[in-house]
Amino acid sequence: MKAAIELRQVVKRYGATTALHGVTLEIGDNEFFTLLGPSGCGKTTLLRMIAGFEDVTEGQILLFGEDISGREPNRRPVNTVFQQYALFPHMSVIDNVAFGLKMKGMDLASRRQRAGRMLEMVHLLAFADRLPSQLSGGQQQRVALARALAPEPKVLLLDEPLSALDLKLRQAMRVELKQLQEETGITFVFVTHDQEEALTMSDRIAVMSAGRVQQVGPPREIYEAPVNRFVADFIGETNLLEVEVEAVEGGMARVVLPGGHRIACPAAAGTAGRHHLSIRPERLAIASQGGEIEATVERVVYLGTDLQIITRLDGGAAFDVRLQNSARVAVPAPGTRVGLHLEEGAARLLAD
Amino acid sequence: MAARRPGERSLLVPLLLPTWAMIGVFMVLPVGVMALYSFLTREFRGGVDWTFSLSAYDQFFFDRGLFGDEAPRLQWAYISIFWRSIWQAVIATVLCLLVGFPTAWFIATRPARSRGVWLFLITVPYWVNLLIRTVSLRFLLRDTGPLNQGLMSLGLVDAPLPVVNTNLAVQLGLFYSYLPFMVLPIYAAVERYNFALSEAAADLYASRWTTLREIVLPLVKPGIVAGCLLVFVPSLGAFLAPDLLGGAKTFMIGSLIDEQIKGSQGNWPFGAAVAVILMTLVLIALVAYARSVTRERSA
Repeated sequence: MKAAIELRQVVKRYGATTALHGVTLEIGDNEFFTLLGPSGCGKTTLLRMIAGFEDVTEGQILLFGEDISGREPNRRPVNTVFQQYALFPHMSVIDNVAFGLKMKGMDLASRRQRAGRMLEMVHLLAFADRLPSQLSGGQQQRVALARALAPEPKVLLLDEPLSALDLKLRQAMRVELKQLQEETGITFVFVTHDQEEALTMSDRIAVMSAGRVQQVGPPREIYEAPVNRFVADFIGETNLLEVEVEAVEGGMARVVLPGGHRIACPAAAGTAGRHHLSIRPERLAIASQGGEIEATVERVVYLGTDLQIITRLDGGAAFDVRLQNSARVAVPAPGTRVGLHLEEGAARLLAD
Repeated sequence: MAARRPGERSLLVPLLLPTWAMIGVFMVLPVGVMALYSFLTREFRGGVDWTFSLSAYDQFFFDRGLFGDEAPRLQWAYISIFWRSIWQAVIATVLCLLVGFPTAWFIATRPARSRGVWLFLITVPYWVNLLIRTVSLRFLLRDTGPLNQGLMSLGLVDAPLPVVNTNLAVQLGLFYSYLPFMVLPIYAAVERYNFALSEAAADLYASRWTTLREIVLPLVKPGIVAGCLLVFVPSLGAFLAPDLLGGAKTFMIGSLIDEQIKGSQGNWPFGAAVAVILMTLVLIALVAYARSVTRERSA
C-alpha cells in the first residue's frame, strides 16, 4: 500500500496539556480513512495538523513521502471540508467553488468551467449564482464539498461534515460521499464521533481516545475484534463483564462469569487473572432452557426492527440481548428464566 | 404579516410619542432654528433682526455681492477654509483607520475574558474632559514639552521641532479625539467575523494578504465605513483641536462658526449659514455613498 499520509510520532502539546501522545499512522492512497473518537480525543487536532492550522509540537507529517510538518496551510496540496462549511458569505456559490482555482492562478474562463462541473457533480449547478445564505444546510454542505474538491487536492480532509445535517440527509450524504470518494480516487480523511458513520463509509478506521490511537483496522475488524475495553465499549453496544481467567489451553481460555457460569473464549497463552469480557448483544440466542449462561428476563424494550431483552445474570450483572423483531421469535415474558446461547466467537477477552 | 390585535392601533400613537418628541425636540427643532436664522438679518450686538435676507450666503460665496452694482465675484477665503477642513478631517480619518484597525483586530482576537478589559482601557482617557485632554496634548507637543526635550536630549534634533500651531498638530489632535469612534465599530465587525473563513481561504491556497483583501475586508467593511463616518464628520466641524493646537493658518470651519456665534464681532446668520452649508455637504456625501453601496449590492 502506497501511503498518502504518514504520521510519525506526532505529538501536540498546548502548554502543560498534551492533546496527542505520539500518533503514528499510515493512510493509504485512494483510501477512505476515518478518525473516530469521542469529543476531546484529539481527532480534530490531528486533522487540523494535517491541514496546517495547528503546529506540530514533535514528530513528522509526510504527504506522499514529503515532509510537510512546517509548511503554511496555503502551501499544502490538501483541502478541507469544514464542520460549519465556512463558505464565504459575500461570494456567490460558483465564486466560492472557484476560489481555490483562482488562488492557483487559473484564468477566469477555465475556472468558471471547472467550478460549473463541480457544481454539476453535487447537483447544484442551478444554484450557481445564489449566495450561500440562500441555500439549505444540505446544499451548503455540498458547496463546501465542491469547493474543496475543485482544486483537485491529493488528500481531502473532512471535519465532521455531516454533523449539522438532519438524520435522513446525513444517511443520504454517507452514500454520496463514499461514491464521490470512489469516483474521484482521492484519499479522504474523515473525522467523526459517530460510529455508524465510520462503519458505513470507511475503508479503515482509527479509533482514538485521550490523544492516542487505540486501534486501526477495517470496520468489521474494529467491530468484531476490538482490542481493548475502550474500543469494545465505544463501537456499538456490548455487554462488558468482569471475569476471572481459570486456565488457558490450546488458544482457548476458560473464564468464570460473575454468576459462576463458565464459558470458553479465545485467548493468548499466559493470560491469567481478572479481565473484561465483551459479548455483543446480537451475537446471542435465547432459549427457555440450556445455554452457557442462565439469566432472568427483567424487561423487553420494543425498538422497531429489534427487540432489546434486558436480563440479569445470576451474579447480579445486567446483560442485554438483541433479537430481530420477527414473527418467528418467541418473546420471553419478564420474570422468566432463560438460557443464553453464545454464537461462535461471540465472547472476546479484552486487554484493558 | 401578522394581523393587528384589537387595541393595537389605539396604543400606537402613545407608544410612538416619545420617539416623535425626541426627534422633534432634539433634531428637527434645532436644525430648523439654525436654517431659519441663516436667512435672517444680522443684529450687531449678537442675535438677529427678524427680516428675511440672503446676505449670509452672499457673504460666504461672493466677494462682490450678488446685489451690488458690479458683476459678482467668488469669494475664496471661506471656500478655502472648507477645503482645508475637509483635508484635515480626511487625514485624521486615515490616521484613525491605520491605527484603529489593527487595534480593533488585536482586541477582537483576544480571549473573550480579556476583551472587556482592553475595551475599557480604550475608553479610559475619554473620562477626562476633551478640553483638558487637548490642552495636555499641546503641553506634550510644545517646544519645551517632553516630545521636543526628549528628542533634543537624545541628540536627534538640535532645535525643537515646530509641531504646535501646525496642520500636523491639528491632525494629531483630531486623531486623538476621535480614535475610539474608529476602534469600536471596527471591533464590533471583527468580533462577528468568523475566523474559520480565514482558515478556509488559507486552505484554498490564499496568502495572508489575499485573505485580508478578498475575505476579511469585504466582510468587516460596514464597521470600517461606520468608523470612518464617525471620525470624519465630527473632525470636519471640530473647533477645540484647531483652536488649541493650530494657529491662524489652520483656521477650520468649526472655529469659523464658533467665532461667528460667540465672538464680539459675531454674525449669527452667517454662522448659521456656514453650518447649513457644512451639513448639506455631509448629507450629499452620505447619500452618494449610500447609493454607491446599493448599486454594488444589486450589481
